[in-house]
Amino acid sequence: MTTETANASPAPPAVALAVAGLSHAYGERRALDDVSFEMRAGRFTALLGPNGAGKSTLFALITRLFDTRAGAITIAGRDLSSTGAAALAPLGVVFQQTTLDLDLTVRQNLRYFARLRGMSIRDADKRIDEELDRLEMRERLKEKVRNLNGGHRRRVEIARALLHDPRVVLLDEATVGLDVPSRKSIVAHVHELARDRGIAILWATHLIDEILPGDDLIVLHKGRIIESGGVSDVVARSGAADLDAAFAQLTRKDAPAEGAAA
Amino acid sequence: MTEITGIVYYRAFVGIVLREVLRFLQQRERFFSALVRPLVWLVVFAAGFRAVLGIAIQPPYQTYITYDVYIIPGLIAMIQLFNGMQSSLSMVYDREMGSMRVLLTTPLPRWFLLTAKLFAGAAVSVIQVYAFLAVSALLGTTFPAWGYVVALPVMMLTGLMLGALGMFLSSTIKQLENFAGVMNFVIFPTFFLSSALYPLWRMRESSYIVWQLCTYNPFTYAVEALRFALYAKIDPLSMLIVAAALAAFLAGAVWGYNPTRGFTARKGGPAE
Repeated sequence: MTTETANASPAPPAVALAVAGLSHAYGERRALDDVSFEMRAGRFTALLGPNGAGKSTLFALITRLFDTRAGAITIAGRDLSSTGAAALAPLGVVFQQTTLDLDLTVRQNLRYFARLRGMSIRDADKRIDEELDRLEMRERLKEKVRNLNGGHRRRVEIARALLHDPRVVLLDEATVGLDVPSRKSIVAHVHELARDRGIAILWATHLIDEILPGDDLIVLHKGRIIESGGVSDVVARSGAADLDAAFAQLTRKDAPAEGAAA
Repeated sequence: MTEITGIVYYRAFVGIVLREVLRFLQQRERFFSALVRPLVWLVVFAAGFRAVLGIAIQPPYQTYITYDVYIIPGLIAMIQLFNGMQSSLSMVYDREMGSMRVLLTTPLPRWFLLTAKLFAGAAVSVIQVYAFLAVSALLGTTFPAWGYVVALPVMMLTGLMLGALGMFLSSTIKQLENFAGVMNFVIFPTFFLSSALYPLWRMRESSYIVWQLCTYNPFTYAVEALRFALYAKIDPLSMLIVAAALAAFLAGAVWGYNPTRGFTARKGGPAE
């Protein structure tokens, strides 16, 4: 984010992900309109927007599931359009839908991903143990994913996204369908990843209680960024009592779009 | 951060193939259905036709053969055709369920990922074929020992070609529900309009048009390539046509899964 509110330091952390002038349309329907923002290392950025705001389209463009036709995406200094798939190397992704193979064990799923990222089995097993330890999931290593509950599957997917030590992790509605304790635990863990490991996190959500006051925020509505900055700044600028009220105010049906934030 | 070197490609390739084999071994029903289908043809269909249909001497055979010997290459190709369609079905399913995204968001070129997935599917089909050949041998239908060895690379090639056909089709299928229609309109004409069940010369005697359609069908050449390979021989024309069809179907699949066309854009965009 360009508007920093926390962790003031002499030199700002490096830009991990930069999106500039990004637009995308499905036929006549414009899903993203001139979206621009930056994310820095070690920051948790919440991408907040109602259903249909364009969050998943933005994720599909950043992960190259869709080709970028208008605008630019730079991941850890590498332009996605000119570099191609190799630019995805520093990226970890947790998709909205479960993307684990239900018939394989936790270990088999994670080893598959590690191999896709070019890791040796020895390195992969070491990293798998580390990440599952952090998520208190190591004892489930030999279980088939089919036997895990939703919260545990999500943890495995988060562990998978971290195996290759990414600099940027995208999580698309990662807590959808989970009970409250699982949601809280995952939200806390992902905040720790940003704070303790310097990973830039982009957390797409429509649930305001997952966002902390010290986070950065991008509010996406009808394909446009209508507000961005530190959470407290956004609330202060809106004049609302809290983020809940500020979000309601920003996304009111008749609220004017303020254009893409820098 | 891992740089994209040759070892990365190698490990990713191994990972994709291992995953498909592991999935196949976990799905016992798939394994048995893959075996039962051609065995029913061999035991029931071939037994019936053996009595009424003699096969004249034609290359690669050096003597009269029984119908069960004639039909085996066609049944091998049938296994691979069904496996290719099964793979394409699982690709449509994976695409709808999201697990294809894990593969397509790795930092490797899409053509490589699709080719690796194709090899994985072909490897699985070869396992099925050798299991079928083992059961056929137990039932008394055997081939020269060297034929089983020479047939391996040819089976890989035909498996790749039929897998590429399935992959190309999967890139054009918008929803899982549409798959049954494609199965009917692709599998049955592909199989029946070929030399899998009857020699082409016999087909020509009964219907010139059907014979012509058979000669345009790449599946015919997959069957013939396998027929020669089982006798440790290579049929250059069949191999060439199978390789050309593989290149065409693979190019179509890579085009179909090109991000410029949008991964799910055809469905009107992803769910938000």
